[in-house]
Amino acid sequence: MAIFGYVLRRVLTGIVVIWLVSSAAFFLFFARPVNTVARELAGHAATPQVINEVINNLGLNQPIMTQYWHFLNNLVHGNLGYSYFTQEPVDSMLRQDLPPTISLVIGGTILWLIAGFTVGIISATRARSLFDRSANVLVLIGLSMPVFVIGELLIWLVFQPLYSHGLHWIDTGYAGPTSGVGPFFGHMLLPWITLAAVQAAIYTRLSRGQLLDTLGEDYIRTARAKGLPERRVIFRHALRAALTPVVSQLGVDVGQLLGGVVVVEVVFGLGGVGQVSVQAVYQDNLPVIIGFVIIAAAFVVIANILVDLLYAALDPRVRIT
Amino acid sequence: MAQTELNVPRGSAPDDDSILVRVENVVKHFPVKAGGFISHTVGHVHAVDDVSLVIERGKTLGLVGETGSGKSTLARCVAGLIPVTSGRVLFNGTDITKLSRGQMRPLRREVQMIFQDPYSSLNPRRRVGSIISEPFAIHKTATGAERKRQVQELMERVGLNPEHYNRFPAEFSGGQRQRIGVARALALRPKLIICDEPVSALDVSIQAQVLNLLSDLQQEYGLSYLFIAHDLEVVRHVSDKVAVMYLGRIGEAAPAEDLYDKPRHPYTVALLSAAPAADPDTAAARQRVILVGDVPSPIDPPAGCRFHPRCPKAQEVCSKVEPALVPDNARPQSQDDAGQRAAETSQSATAVPGGWAHVTACHFPVVPGESLAAAGAAKGDVA
Amino acid sequence: MTISNLTEAGFEAQQAAEGQETAGRVEGRTQWQLTWRRLRGDKVSVIALAVIVIMVILAIAAPAFAAITGHGVNTSYPNTGENAYGNPVGPGVNGFFLGTDSTGRDVFVRILYGARISLFVGVVSTAIATVLGVVIGLMAGYFGGFIDTVLARLTDAVLAFPYVILAIALAVVFGPSLTVIMVMVTFFSWAGIARIVRGQTLSIKEKEYIEAARSLGAGPFRIMFLDILPNLLAPVLVIATLLIPNAIVFEATLSFLGLGIQPPTPSWGNMLADASNSYQVAWWYLAFPALFLLITTLAFNLLGDGIRDAMDPRTERLLAARRMRKQRAKARKNATQSGVGPGQAIPDTVNG
Repeated sequence: MAIFGYVLRRVLTGIVVIWLVSSAAFFLFFARPVNTVARELAGHAATPQVINEVINNLGLNQPIMTQYWHFLNNLVHGNLGYSYFTQEPVDSMLRQDLPPTISLVIGGTILWLIAGFTVGIISATRARSLFDRSANVLVLIGLSMPVFVIGELLIWLVFQPLYSHGLHWIDTGYAGPTSGVGPFFGHMLLPWITLAAVQAAIYTRLSRGQLLDTLGEDYIRTARAKGLPERRVIFRHALRAALTPVVSQLGVDVGQLLGGVVVVEVVFGLGGVGQVSVQAVYQDNLPVIIGFVIIAAAFVVIANILVDLLYAALDPRVRIT
Repeated sequence: MAQTELNVPRGSAPDDDSILVRVENVVKHFPVKAGGFISHTVGHVHAVDDVSLVIERGKTLGLVGETGSGKSTLARCVAGLIPVTSGRVLFNGTDITKLSRGQMRPLRREVQMIFQDPYSSLNPRRRVGSIISEPFAIHKTATGAERKRQVQELMERVGLNPEHYNRFPAEFSGGQRQRIGVARALALRPKLIICDEPVSALDVSIQAQVLNLLSDLQQEYGLSYLFIAHDLEVVRHVSDKVAVMYLGRIGEAAPAEDLYDKPRHPYTVALLSAAPAADPDTAAARQRVILVGDVPSPIDPPAGCRFHPRCPKAQEVCSKVEPALVPDNARPQSQDDAGQRAAETSQSATAVPGGWAHVTACHFPVVPGESLAAAGAAKGDVA
Repeated sequence: MTISNLTEAGFEAQQAAEGQETAGRVEGRTQWQLTWRRLRGDKVSVIALAVIVIMVILAIAAPAFAAITGHGVNTSYPNTGENAYGNPVGPGVNGFFLGTDSTGRDVFVRILYGARISLFVGVVSTAIATVLGVVIGLMAGYFGGFIDTVLARLTDAVLAFPYVILAIALAVVFGPSLTVIMVMVTFFSWAGIARIVRGQTLSIKEKEYIEAARSLGAGPFRIMFLDILPNLLAPVLVIATLLIPNAIVFEATLSFLGLGIQPPTPSWGNMLADASNSYQVAWWYLAFPALFLLITTLAFNLLGDGIRDAMDPRTERLLAARRMRKQRAKARKNATQSGVGPGQAIPDTVNG
């Protein structure tokens, strides 16, 4: 089946990309003077003794290509190294921190897509109406605000007043789905909105523009002239053509989403992979950062594959190549 | 090969002084690629398939044909804008197909082009003075005030107001824009100007003005023109000799009046019969030859004579043997002769029509008085 | 007829149609002049431009404001700047125009110094990225083939790359600093421009005047920069203007995360990071930097949109049509009010 070949090719490309990114990260970090590297790995409080220990344990004195080989070997076995700072293996650390990030990403993406497309489509169908104009203003503001400002403002204007009046449902910090639906939503609602806001603004504008252009095309005029109800014209005919370019843009934006994820985690204290990595920078905790880089690359690759599949489902022409 | 010399003017040697450009067996194929990441060639567009021509100094060679006949491609090969697949183009004795871009540069001063669309052949963001002075800038022949003076002189010569030096093309009409194009081509006093349908996009009344201008310039500066068009009447007016192209090959070539009075190739006859006649009575009395079918694709041209699927006079030999481009008195008398001669000339129109002789590539050329419409009707639809 | 009676679009069409040589009575206007005129008429864009100019002036004059208020940018004022509980004081108290921050520093002065950083990073990085993007896009589009494949894939890779990864990695290896930020902002900005430039170049390359230039003997660089580039400047300007707020936000985000400008040097980003810890007691510390940030980015966004609309000749016709409709409606109203019958012709006064 053609689809199978398509997926296979994407997966193979994805593996190559992850390998490339990991290698780049490796060389960026390790192809430096041994002592610098060792110091960073050992952590701030390391004595020269510990540093030597690190050098020996990790074989930092070996030629760089030998180190590289070991690195790749470990990577394939899922071993991401050891954080001297916290005294635990990196992969188990990251595994702990993964759930908040995943909850955030999934919820935020759903919200972003729904809000973006809905508002965009309605704006396009009611061009120049009050709804359209007000949506436009909101979009403009959303585009101009950094994610962290939105987050801070939400905390200040929503969380704070509610909390001080005794309404503790909305809270900072993380509570997983296992803690119950109520707490889950209570903790995640504001982060989701924050993450989704800017992207939703972008996509509102994009989908509105695309749909407006498509609605001006001749074949839409034909459909209307045939007497089709407007709803059918839009949903069956216009949407598909209008939105396929937007979907192809999704792949690129998923990468950008990561930046927002990190910021939202920091602002709301969710303790996900992003926040931990940022802290790792302060602590000069190199293994965690490398782990983060690889995971982030994997995430982007997987997301891109999913988007490609979606695109192929929408646009039959793509499946042939 | 004796046949090939038949069409060089009698008593002249191949590198005659009166000949400015010699096109010899030029072939230009464009590859058709398929496949995604690693594309491979699946076929070729036979844009120009073995064409030989001669352009004389100070004279105009008209090149006529439908869209897809290869005339524009041939023009660009002669101008050196695209490389040829095989063959030679000799400009003043130099084979330009072998030159590198650096070597080609000084030659560019000798060969210039005028384009069809006055709206897209001038950069809308540049002022007219800058456009016309670009040749001077590129070849570093004049600078500063002297350059401006020459540009304004050129503008005046082509009929533009030199005070409009600083205007943008958008402020001029179509006819004026073509004049700008002419001025640009004329700047370095080239020897050859290739006109690629220069008046096709203009109103008829303006066409006459531009054509007259070109004619005046030719006399004044001794220019040679390769004039490409699909409008026969226009070509008749400006050309000394005319060649008719069909699907990458030359079907017929002759001095202008000869071609129009006594066309031989069925395709030429059909073209002429389709040209609008000014006099309604003549038009009514004329017999239209209506060709059946579409022009075949240049990726897969028909075997034998390329025109045979649409030709009202086609016989079996036409689908097998490619006719050579020869004058009447050299035409083979029988089918066997035709096959033999064609084999000898290796299936290619190697004749070099200077136009002194009237050459045709057809096994059964039209004789004067013959009615093609009747022949077509008699045959029924040609498959 | 006199010129003032015609709309610009109508006049140009008429000129083209008649091919008149009106002997210099009429000035041909360049595309830029027309764009500027339309922009001037767009109130929103004018306000946006004014805001930007004001912000730039404020930023340049930051040391002056520090001198006027007598508060240094990094100096704490525990006596006047903090109240009895050791908390920051609000706007207007003790000569602090916008209040103080968590360590008693003048918020207003710090905001102005932060503006310097934001505007500098925003404009300079975008400028460099624009130059890079244009050159790369031109070369990819014009040369095609292998060069194009390599450059286009590189552009796509950069566009899709999550900036956060690189930000974190570079911050660890080189340590956060202004240079690192500028390199990163530039690195992530050029690709957007390169992609648009490449697309436009590909389509412009096929135009006849490019072929004409080649037939004249022009070399590729001459064609790229003298023939193709002038046709690109319009979209490039729009994108560059819209990239500036992105750059500003990027810098603010990085500083907020601690990967950018380090305290005590003020940047809107790190001020907001600090403010997030003390907003319960000092709302002004959060509100005012956020406000300045928002106003600046909004202004650039509006200006970019305005330029884009001003360059689009369709907008002109839209606006002209709207004006005509309004005038007809007004004339109709006046006519019926003054008793003119509906059948009488109402003169169209068309103002350009």
